[in-house]
Amino acid sequence: MSEHTVSSYDEELSGIAGRIAEMGGLAESIVTDAVTALITQDLDLAQATIGRDHRLDDLMHDIEMRNVLVIARRQPMGQDLREIMAATRIANDLERVGDMAKNVAKRVIAIDSDLKSKTLAIGVEHMTELALAQLKAVLDAYTRKDAEEAVKVRERDAEIDAIYTSLFRELLTYMMEDPRNITQCAHLLFCAKNIERIGDHATNIAENVYYMVTGKRLLDDRPRMDETGVEDKENA
Amino acid sequence: MSSFSGLARATDPIDQNKATAMENVKIAAEKVQVFYGETHAIKDVSIDIRARTVTAFIGPSGCGKSTFLRCLNRMNDTIDICRVEGRIAIDNEDIYDPKVDPVQLRAKVGMVFQKPNPFPKSIYDNIAYGPRIHGLVRRKSELDDIVASSLQKAGLWEEVKDRLDSPGTGLSGGQQQRLCIARAIAVSPEVILMDEPCSALDPIATAKVEELIDELRENYTIVIVTHSMQQAARVSQRTAFFHLGNLVEVGDTQDIFTNPVDKRTQDYITGRFG
Repeated sequence: MSEHTVSSYDEELSGIAGRIAEMGGLAESIVTDAVTALITQDLDLAQATIGRDHRLDDLMHDIEMRNVLVIARRQPMGQDLREIMAATRIANDLERVGDMAKNVAKRVIAIDSDLKSKTLAIGVEHMTELALAQLKAVLDAYTRKDAEEAVKVRERDAEIDAIYTSLFRELLTYMMEDPRNITQCAHLLFCAKNIERIGDHATNIAENVYYMVTGKRLLDDRPRMDETGVEDKENA
Repeated sequence: MSSFSGLARATDPIDQNKATAMENVKIAAEKVQVFYGETHAIKDVSIDIRARTVTAFIGPSGCGKSTFLRCLNRMNDTIDICRVEGRIAIDNEDIYDPKVDPVQLRAKVGMVFQKPNPFPKSIYDNIAYGPRIHGLVRRKSELDDIVASSLQKAGLWEEVKDRLDSPGTGLSGGQQQRLCIARAIAVSPEVILMDEPCSALDPIATAKVEELIDELRENYTIVIVTHSMQQAARVSQRTAFFHLGNLVEVGDTQDIFTNPVDKRTQDYITGRFG
């Protein structure tokens, strides 16, 4: 898109987009570190990860403040208005991704013992890779204003949901086998849920990117199922 | 149905805008061309203007929006070198038909200009002038009623009721503009054309006029030319974007300002023109 007649307006918008990109990069890195800490039981890394979440909160508030100022100063219209709306919501999602990762890091400290099952660790790791790939793809879609890519990200979320459901079942089995596993497995279950939620946030971001680019809402026709086995068509 | 339906009330702007969609067409323009001598000022403009709706014309200076507005009550007739082609019909009657009396037409299609232009007469006479020359009243009491109700509709009554004999030119700019709107209303028009009615007013006077436009919409078809896109977004339900004499895009105001179809519209409303 061509530039605004008032160049400082362009600077304000690109400043906001730049901060979203920074939040995205930071969120990816925090998720990676939290899960690495979980798999390797690295308590120091877990502690460091918890501390890094602050920066995401600060960036979100900074973006909010900037959006408010742009609205007050420029009264944005059309594409610009949608960009501002999308930035506010995407910043929120990325901040939540940080919270999810922080929660995983806290559970690393709570578990404080080697993981009982190799396959569980691999499962969580694989799910994390998928969630991170989703996050990366959706942030690229945001930067490139690519609505098609956003649609693809949204469709791929089902894979993460499927892995989460199989992990859920596996964890239940371990808990039934030996009640001494319950503490660790319960923590792992929350970790898995957190990562699954990161995938959901990537999906939210994808929907906002789609709206930002096209001005239309993605209609939700995907039937969704979680570990409860109950199909949720209403609130997908 | 929009996803907002669960929360929607009758006053919800999103629903309100959609609600006008089914209503009647008040003014239908088909393939309108306007020439000023050799200059082709309006090119093949076709638009339906809905009854009891505020339609905003926006576009950069010189795009033809005011020229087109002035076609709607034949104000361009007064310019010798101006030539209008195509068809403009109000309630299915061609307003350029030789049988149509432009003076009668302008009583039906009132106009408010950019600069408030009260007559150098009393406030009372400013309003009474139209009804008198059009022979709308027989008795003084009827005229008094029209003056009072027009000023009330224009939201000016409380401010001027005790000084109807003082000159209209002595009012503030915002009051003068509302006086001009009251004057337009006094002859019971069906359509009110407004050519940048707030560009000479301060924000408070502007807000009062906008509030008035919103109230008038109930009974009149309003077409407003404005340079303020925020104003167009606030007061209108339909917006038409003109550029270089062409009607580029017309649609529901909420769509034009959040998701315009044409790139030229997008560039204009977001401040990227030039």
